This record gives sequence, C-alpha cells and structure tokens, in this order.
Amino acid sequence: MAILFDRDSLTIVQGLGKEGQFHAERMLAYDTRLVGGVTPGREGQEIMGLPMFNTVENAVKATGANTSIIFVPPPFAADAIVEAIDSGIGLIVTITEGIPTTDMIRVAQRLRRSDTKLVGPNSPGIITPGVGKLGIMPADIHLPGKVGVISRSGTLTYEAVAQLTAQGIGQSTCMGLGGDPIIGTRHKDALAMFNEDADTDAVVMIGEIGGTDEEQAAAYVKDHMKKPVVAFIAGSTAPPGKRMGHAGAIIAGGKGTAAEKKSALSEAGVIVCESPAEIGDKVREALEL
Amino acid sequence: MKIHEYQAKGLLKRYGFPVPNGEVADTPREVREIAERIGKKVIVKAQVHAGGRGKGGGIKLADDPAAAESVASDILGMTLVTHQTGAKGKKVSKVLVEEASNIDNELYLGMVVDRERESIVIMASTEGGMEIEKVAAETPEKIIKEWVDPGTGLMPYQARRICFGLGLKGDSFKQGVKAVSNLVKLFGEMDASLAEINPLVVTAEGDILAVDAKINFDDNALYRHKDVVEFRDLAEEEPLETQASEFDLNYIKLDGNVGCMVNGAGLAMATMDIIKLNGGEPANFLDVGGAASVEGVERAFRILMSDPNVKAVLVNIFGGIVRCDRVASGMVEAIKNIGDVSVPIVVRLEGTNAEEGMTILKESGLDFQTAKGFQEAASLVVKTLEGGG
Repeated sequence: MAILFDRDSLTIVQGLGKEGQFHAERMLAYDTRLVGGVTPGREGQEIMGLPMFNTVENAVKATGANTSIIFVPPPFAADAIVEAIDSGIGLIVTITEGIPTTDMIRVAQRLRRSDTKLVGPNSPGIITPGVGKLGIMPADIHLPGKVGVISRSGTLTYEAVAQLTAQGIGQSTCMGLGGDPIIGTRHKDALAMFNEDADTDAVVMIGEIGGTDEEQAAAYVKDHMKKPVVAFIAGSTAPPGKRMGHAGAIIAGGKGTAAEKKSALSEAGVIVCESPAEIGDKVREALEL
Repeated sequence: MKIHEYQAKGLLKRYGFPVPNGEVADTPREVREIAERIGKKVIVKAQVHAGGRGKGGGIKLADDPAAAESVASDILGMTLVTHQTGAKGKKVSKVLVEEASNIDNELYLGMVVDRERESIVIMASTEGGMEIEKVAAETPEKIIKEWVDPGTGLMPYQARRICFGLGLKGDSFKQGVKAVSNLVKLFGEMDASLAEINPLVVTAEGDILAVDAKINFDDNALYRHKDVVEFRDLAEEEPLETQASEFDLNYIKLDGNVGCMVNGAGLAMATMDIIKLNGGEPANFLDVGGAASVEGVERAFRILMSDPNVKAVLVNIFGGIVRCDRVASGMVEAIKNIGDVSVPIVVRLEGTNAEEGMTILKESGLDFQTAKGFQEAASLVVKTLEGGG
C-alpha cells in the first residue's frame, strides 16, 4: 500500500532539538509510530514521552526501530547518517539542509555498500497518507489513494499534492528526494519502487534544473515503467550558472537545463506538464477518470 | 562561491601547484613596480569573475615596466564585457601582473563533482585554451577522465594515466603527476566544487604552469573555511543579492518586470516559469524560506521594490508549517511600514489558514489583488501589467 514507509516502520528521531521536537510533535499527531530519540548524553531521559538513547545502536536494541529521521545540524549530519547505517537502520530520512558535498560523497560510499535506503538530505520527508509521516510537510493536504509523488523540492510538492487532492485523487506515498547534488534516493530509484508497488497506479515526478537524475529517470521509464508518469520540471526560466536556492539546482557548463530534461522525458513517454498548474489535470487524464 | 584568478593561484601555490611568478595590483604605478621586480616581459590580466577576458580586451602583454603601466591604465577602471558578464559588463578594479610564460604547449586540467557517480572526477585534455564543454560536445574522445574514490583517494596510476594521455614526457611528466595529485588534495581539503586550470601550460623549458585558474567552492562547506570566506568580493555581486543574503533571503535578480516572492526554491522557480508561460517576464527568483516572518516579508518587499524594473509583484505562498494568516499579517504590516508601494500586488495563498489570510488582506484597506489558483494568479499579474501600460 506504500513504498519505503508503512505501518511496520518504527522510527527514531536523531536530533531532538527545537526543530526536531517541533516536527516530532506533528508527526505524533498524525499517528506516526515514533519510538525514541537519539541525543548523545541523554540516555534514560524522555522527551515528549519518547525514550532517549546515547546511540542509535542502543535505540535499535531497546525499541526495535528500523527507521530514522534526522534533524541533526549540517556539520554533524554525515556522522548521524553513517551511525544509522552502521546500526542497521533500513530507511533513513534526512531533513537537514546544508551538508557539505564532500561529506555526502563519503556518506554515499558507505550507503551504497549497505542495505540501507536514504531519502534526502535536504528533503521535506516522506508521507504515506493515512499511515504516518516522517518529515515537515503539512499532513492535511494529503488524501490516501493510489498516485505516487516524488520531487526534489518541498513546497512545489505540496502544490502538486494539493492539486491532486482537489480533484479527489489520493496518494500512495509522497516523497521529497531532496534539493542537494548528492542524494540517497533519486527519481529513477523511486520510480522503480512505485513500479513494483501494487497500490500505486500512476506517478507524479517533479524535477528541476541541475544534474542528470531526470534523464536517468527517463531512461528507466522507457525500458521498464508499466504505469503512467506525469512530470513537471521547474526552472525553464532559470539563468545558467546561478544556484536557484537548492544546492543542486544549477545549470553548469550548459548541462542540466529544463529543456533537456523535458525532451528526454517526453521521448520516454512521460506526460510532461508545461505549466506547474496543470499537474492535477494531467494526472486525471492519464488515469482516465 | 567564486573567487578571483589571483586568489585561486595563491591557493594553488600553497598546495605546491606551479603558477607563474606574479602579484596583484590596483593602480598602474604598482603594476609598473611589479613589472620592474619581475624584470621580464609581463602579462597584465583584469581580475573579474568571468571568462573570455582576453577577447574583451582585459588581458594584455607588456614588454617592459613602462608598457605594463600603460596597458594597466587602460585595463584598470574599464568596464569589461565578455560572453559571461552580460551586456552591462564588469568594472575592473584589480589586475594580476605575471611573468609572461614561454609557452610550448597548452593543455586542460579540470575537476568537478560527478553527481551521478558520487565522486570527484578529473578531466584532462590536450585541447588547452578551449572550453571543456565545447571539447566534450565536438571531440569527446579527447577528454581523459579519472574518478577519485573517496576510500582510496587518488591512486598514483590515475595521475600517471592522465599525464601519459596529455603526452607529457620526462621532467614535465613528473611535474604533471605531482600537480594532478596536488590539485586533488586542494579540491578535497578546501571543499571546492569546481577547479579548472585552462590552460595548463608546458613551457619551452619543460616546466608545468597554471597560466589561468578558476576555483569555485561549495557554499555549504564555507563554515569550515574562514580563509575562503575572506576571498569574497562584494563588488562582483549584484547589490540586491548581497543585501538579500544578509537577511538569509535567497534572491537572484533577473531581467524581467514581474517581481515574485515565494516560499520554497522549487515553487519559486515554478512561479517564474508560469509567469513566463502567461506572457510575462520574471524580475527575480526569491525564496523567503520556511520562516516567512513579518521582518522577512518586509525585507523581501523592500528588495523587490528597489529593482526599478519591477512593475508588478506576484506573491505565491504555500502554507504548511508556515501559516498563511501570519504571512498575510506580515505583508500588511510590511506594506504599511514601507509606505509608498505603487505597483500592483497579486497574492495567492494556499494551504494552512489560506482563507483567514485572504480575509486579512481584503480587510486591510490596502490594494491587494487576490487570486484563487496558481494559474489565475499568474494570468492576473500579467494582466495588471498590460492594464498599467
């Protein structure tokens, strides 16, 4: 009924500071199964009723956690991710924005040698409507259903989700992949998971300028995708060489333009929206509702 | 973050990468003195953050100190226009004076982060002086690539493979291998995001020299490189962008006339795109972020209003954790504080407490135009533009 995150996900929060607590409170209010927190030096205490642990390892032993959400500040985030990988966490969602790229290069090497899945960094998180949310997105715009949503941004994802919900089209899982140059789960990885998910009928993918993730996704769709994919690529009007807010949103050396991505996706059979306002309509058409 | 050529060469020197003998100056008199100290033919190079300086007349050779002073007085103070500066060009306030190299061969050496392979990639080519993008498009077989595994680091054979590929021999080969490994070290330790030595020169004497150098840095890693932060040159930045960065606003100035204020980078780009689709031209990218406080909104408005090209403003807020009613109150207060806002403002609020926000705007007595959807907002703002002439 979902990808990556479902009723069996037992989650710990790494970094229960002010921001972590603010969002943990909202995750709990959405009935998300949070089982503990990790802050070195706080073992034995409780925060918001959650037992605290010094290490991820201890948290896993005591709670059976298989999932972690990370709010740790950028200089310490790579350490937190690797600790979660080494402790056998299956899914790590990293909200932290601003992790140095060289740190993520090192993290990625460890990640790819493990069985752990990483969403983010610089991600708004993941939500399976009606089941729970790990992230900072507003829960109330979502509706349980059968369309998967993936995106490299935050509020633009909410925009797409709201358009779906307004049409009565629910979502299976919505996931922010993150706005950084090096991220754990890319468009093509998420498409492959949705492709195999019996409860997802179509996928909305929201890309943006920079990198080649959308082109790789197009290649995957062309060869393997069995379900309709509706895409929007942000940044058709972005000037080259400028970082558009996200660390990864930059047209470098003439590569990574919206035009290239849109044409690769169209050629692969993806329904490409010219306007960000027509995502909901295009999904309805694709599902023939 | 970008830095100047002379700063990049300073770093190269620190890492043992050979660069020409030279110094930076900001007056013709100093240029003359540097040329006297060098005592040979020199090259005088405009220091601006843009490529194509030679074609724009920003790089000149001088046979003696008097000639150096003379070309420096032409270059210093000039507005240099290249394919990378835009039509406005960039004012030159510093020049790098270097011993002119006795060039035998021009090569290319560069490094970037390969996002797909999640590692640093080294690129080298015998086509020195050409843009690597052009070489990649026309003769990709001429680019030698090596990826640096973060576990093992650069292995010596990789540096050798690059230098054999570049056709280096004898002592030049030895110097080249050392230079490649030193550049990899610099890139990793300094958190660079791009390094380009173009051209990398082999002199008639067989020495390796970085005749031009460009190094960019990862903004996210600047917190651990105070020395790099000191290289920042405010004169190279768009003044409004500098001002915005002081308030933690993500603003990029563009050439259009529809100002936009949005929360979130993706939505901000999409807002620019939809303005264009409706026949308008976005004046900027502006992400006010998740906080969208009264203060933030006021500063954002002030920055938008300081751009004389802005003839209408589109505010597009998707409330989540940020409540639309708070943003609306912020806008009302901001506009009242600023006072004289003469351009039409179209507002679209969606998400948490959007209705309450709209009510606040309507009851404020201020002249906001509200729109219901994303498309309606975009077409409305473009219409106000046409209506206003």
